[in-house]
Amino acid sequence: MKMSDKTTFRVFTGLVLLIIAAAIFAPLITSFDPYATNMKDALMEPGGNHIFGTDKLGRDCFARILYGARVSLSMTMVIVVLMTAIGTAIGIVAGYCGGRVDMVLMRISDLMLAFPGVVLAIAIAGIMGGSAINTILALTVVGWTKYARLARSLTMKIRDRDFVAAAVTNGTRPIQVLYRHILPNIILTIIVTAAMDIGTMIMEIAGLSFLGFGAQPPTPEWGLMLNEGRQVIQTAPWVMLYPGLAILIVVAIFNTWGDCLRDIMDPRGNN
Amino acid sequence: MKGKEILHRLVQMIFTLLGVTFLTFALTYIAPGDPVEMILEVGDTIIPKEVIEATRKELGLDQPFHVQYVRWLGGLLTGDMGMSYSARVPVAQKLMEALPGTIALAGSSLFIMMIIALPLGIISALHRNSIIDNVIRAVTFVGISMPSFWVGLVLLYIFGLQLGWFPIAGGEVEFRRMVLPAVTLAIPMAAKYTRQVRTALLEELNQDYVMGARARGIPMSRVLWHHILPNACLPLITLLGLTIGWLLGGSAVIEMVFGWPGLGKLAVHAIEMRDYPLVMGFVLWIAVFYMVINLIIDCSYHYLDPRIRKGTR
Repeated sequence: MKMSDKTTFRVFTGLVLLIIAAAIFAPLITSFDPYATNMKDALMEPGGNHIFGTDKLGRDCFARILYGARVSLSMTMVIVVLMTAIGTAIGIVAGYCGGRVDMVLMRISDLMLAFPGVVLAIAIAGIMGGSAINTILALTVVGWTKYARLARSLTMKIRDRDFVAAAVTNGTRPIQVLYRHILPNIILTIIVTAAMDIGTMIMEIAGLSFLGFGAQPPTPEWGLMLNEGRQVIQTAPWVMLYPGLAILIVVAIFNTWGDCLRDIMDPRGNN
Repeated sequence: MKGKEILHRLVQMIFTLLGVTFLTFALTYIAPGDPVEMILEVGDTIIPKEVIEATRKELGLDQPFHVQYVRWLGGLLTGDMGMSYSARVPVAQKLMEALPGTIALAGSSLFIMMIIALPLGIISALHRNSIIDNVIRAVTFVGISMPSFWVGLVLLYIFGLQLGWFPIAGGEVEFRRMVLPAVTLAIPMAAKYTRQVRTALLEELNQDYVMGARARGIPMSRVLWHHILPNACLPLITLLGLTIGWLLGGSAVIEMVFGWPGLGKLAVHAIEMRDYPLVMGFVLWIAVFYMVINLIIDCSYHYLDPRIRKGTR
């Protein structure tokens, strides 16, 4: 049985909404406080009250994973929106103006591409000091170039079309031309690309905080929880098991959702 | 690629290196935290102000930003990358010590990736939409969605702690200790590559020359090895350049998980210790390495693709 693209997309949109709802309504799903330490219950095995067990400070792992979704998803959202907005703005200007502006902007973006992104993100986040803000900063600095290039090439494709010329002839200000005429024509491709990046961002945020260069304790963040789980891997493997599964499932759902979105937006991509 | 083009690329590389090192240098300059205090700090002892100032002067950290950067660049021209703050040995020496570990790890994980991804991708493409293709695609999908450092922890737990097949701690570059980190790094890469091999092969399988060769009675295995694979390898080699970039970053995290003595672990510690000369050296090395690899890959097209060699494309 093969589901149609639309059905698959609906199913995965539902799953995405489910994850977001679980993050928003975390207090309704679990009665445990993700920050409440209770040394008496430290490192309890999964089962009973604590279905995912407890960590070395006696905090409920299930609650921490649920609340962790809030941290991961909101950070991801901020990064994706920021890098898409910055990249698109720069790319449109570069593509529309051409000439020297284009050259300068693209040289800057070349600079970013000439260096492995993950290493740069580690360097930026690490040197600036571990915090959620610096993680957002680091991943945005590394990520915007991709969107700048995309927006630039899309803009160059349509900037010589008649409707743009008509707008210019009518005396529309350049900023209005970009905003009213160019942007609406390229925004869909940008959004699809951004949707497909969500999974990667969730993973990279976790990676940075795993190294200690992201969110700081006692924040319930998945990468950080994996780091804490690593320290007690011999006695309490469940502390590192569940956050990893959470990342795996959420990333898998967002990746599939992104792929479906691309497929229904761009029928040529179907094989 | 002609000599002139290569020269052009090398000039471009120098400018990129200037940009990347300038950025990193600027970052260390505006970053919070004082490297001098990190160097002198032992326990809770309070260090007299004069000592801090003297050390700052000794390291040249009292100079303005541009003087420090130019001084660093000048040292670079004479092959001097500076002294590591924390270890008090030349940066180049620290990096050289860590290099074999990273090269061994990266090389073996690339090798493992190839021996997994090539056969799986080929089988998947040849039996398109069969059960085996769907199973392979499902497995690779999971592989792509797993955070590599978590895979490392799970493997460490199962094969290191539970089964005891591999040592879990220690600090030397040794084959038995390398197996788990190498496999960990190879898994997400293999998942990505299997899909790429499949896509690249499917594209070639639909070409007319395949049907032509089959119609002439040439067996499929021969068509595959002599016609399809050489054609399909070009996009895969392009991807290899990007993969190596990922590997350099990914290995930093995995080296931390397994305590593997490589460049990544060295860099993470250097960042934590605010050992900026070492961080700068690391960034420089990675940038040079990455750009050289990509240059070599671009050059290899010239030899691999007759269309480029003859200038018809």
